[in-house]
Amino acid sequence: MSILVDKYTRLVVQGITGHDGLFHTQQMMDFGTNVVAGTRPGKGGEWVLDGKIPVFDSVKIAVDATGANTSVIFVPARFAADALYEAADAGLSLIVCITEGIPVQDMMRVRNYMDQKGVRLVGPNCPGLLTPGGAKVGIIPGDIAIPGNIGVVSRSGTLTYEVVFALTLLGKGVSTCVGIGGDPINGTTFIDCLSLFEEDPHTDQVVMIGEIGGTDEERAAEFIADHMTKPVVSFIAGQSAPPGKRMGHAGAIVEGGSGLAVDKIRALQAVGVKVARHPEEIPSLLN
Amino acid sequence: MKLHEYQSKQIFARYGIPIPKGRVAATAQEAEQIAEELGGRVVIKSQVLVGGRGKAGGIRLAKNSDEAEDVAAQILSMEIKGLPVRKVLVDEAAQIDKEIYLGITNDRAARKPVMMSSAAGGVEIEEVARKEPEKIIKVHIDPLLGLRDYQSNDIAAGIDLPREHWRQFGQIAHGLWKAYTDCDATLAEINPLVLTVDHRLLALDGKMVLDDNALFRHSDLAEMRDLDEEAPSETEARKYGLSFIKLDGNIGCMVNGAGLAMTTMDIIKLFGGEPANFLDIGGGASADKVAAALRIILGDPNVKAVLFNIFGGITRGDEVARGILTALNEVKTNVPMVIRLVGTNAEEGRQILANAKMITAETLADAARKAIAAARA
Repeated sequence: MSILVDKYTRLVVQGITGHDGLFHTQQMMDFGTNVVAGTRPGKGGEWVLDGKIPVFDSVKIAVDATGANTSVIFVPARFAADALYEAADAGLSLIVCITEGIPVQDMMRVRNYMDQKGVRLVGPNCPGLLTPGGAKVGIIPGDIAIPGNIGVVSRSGTLTYEVVFALTLLGKGVSTCVGIGGDPINGTTFIDCLSLFEEDPHTDQVVMIGEIGGTDEERAAEFIADHMTKPVVSFIAGQSAPPGKRMGHAGAIVEGGSGLAVDKIRALQAVGVKVARHPEEIPSLLN
Repeated sequence: MKLHEYQSKQIFARYGIPIPKGRVAATAQEAEQIAEELGGRVVIKSQVLVGGRGKAGGIRLAKNSDEAEDVAAQILSMEIKGLPVRKVLVDEAAQIDKEIYLGITNDRAARKPVMMSSAAGGVEIEEVARKEPEKIIKVHIDPLLGLRDYQSNDIAAGIDLPREHWRQFGQIAHGLWKAYTDCDATLAEINPLVLTVDHRLLALDGKMVLDDNALFRHSDLAEMRDLDEEAPSETEARKYGLSFIKLDGNIGCMVNGAGLAMTTMDIIKLFGGEPANFLDIGGGASADKVAAALRIILGDPNVKAVLFNIFGGITRGDEVARGILTALNEVKTNVPMVIRLVGTNAEEGRQILANAKMITAETLADAARKAIAAARA
């Protein structure tokens, strides 16, 4: 089975009429995700994808009309904060934001607002979620994974595909793959996902893919020591990154001696997590 | 994007933060003239975007305008941590009684901005944090509420600032908060904020780092970027929307996705090679973008081999392959190329490149080993 997304997911796509929104809605539907609506202010009443998906002016109207319970956001960065507030106010249980490049102060306000509302956000700047055989919400290529008992959580996009693909080649399947995003301020964290995987009866072990910047991996290590009974295997990207430089992801930066890969690896190894030296080594460290 | 001290202080002044009188000079003569206007006793400060300017001799006092000219000439001929000094700030010299630190930054773990202050100002805050963390007062600010008066008072009390200065300190703290939010900064720092012998608070030094992702709504600030302070290849890459960082090795890397790009560098290093750059061509990169990226990589004379690692998702293998062919037609090169193409349209991509004399690899580890061998050959 899975965490966060499954066959009960009823998805509304915010920004469905855009290039990426439209393309990935089709991809998600092809995968079997139950896409029930799209939104685009000013285009309410239209239908897209051969008349299969109705477009609404707002998320609230879409939720009222279709019973959507999850949203995925493809809205450009400059409008994304507004789309996030809108989704939070529309009563959805899960919001997944794919958009990259949202200003960090926007995200601090959004995150604090969502915490007050008790809404779960995944992302932004993330590839979303994939439950093989269940549903996909986001942009993870659907054909790279097979169903199984390995939970995957990652701050990265294509690196996650790399890891999942390596598992698939060896016949190892995934329960759910969650991309939590590469921004310094995001919604769902490693700890949130580890906790969900620990509770999920269909996940037996977890792969956690971290990278330089921040201290989320160190805090995840503490959580693993205190709360995880299931084995965790990890990989940390950015060991060769120079300090003070933003390595593509807004959150991937070593600042003031904090956020170093070596510290994260040490913290994880100290609590019994096996850390791979490179992604293709991960499958051999799993049970 | 980092701002220079003089740029940061100009912004601070707009928010009511008192700064010393002063101006920027690009020549020793200009510095002399500014010193003359300011009445002689000045501080000459190199404007380069690195820390440790003082220790490197890039900040010096001059007693009169003649001396200012000499000192400026010396500083303008310096290099600090590899960066040539092109400008100096000439500020009136302050009579300092006390040095304070005051700054705001994003606390990632708390997901809130944090205002930090310390009575031990004038040295790097990371240094204070390491050696005497108890000397730093930290107050988290609710981003939906903003800085409140009680918080700035708490900070003033926490650093034992005499009460008669609390009011002015509060104005400065609020000015800094406003500058930080209005400019979408990730860091706004006054170090030192000094108490002068005539009992005034004055921002002697200033530092701001702006959020690159927010520059779309600050065209005035975006123009402040000092292109002299970054590698020309990085400027060129930004023009094409490529995320590029120049490194010192000899294996050029072209990868889609930041995490995978970092991992590609790491694995090159793990197997004994040295990456020449970090390069993320992003999702859905077109042939044009790929060609621009390859030109930038090959523009580095240190590059002895190029490794392409493309995991197709949104990015299509055939698009990337066409970009590589376009670039190779433009830039004639003998540099060996190793390519690993997986995912969406990878097979089509391989066919396009079948005649391009590239070394192919199946796995990431295989690709890294082949690139290292090619760079050594």
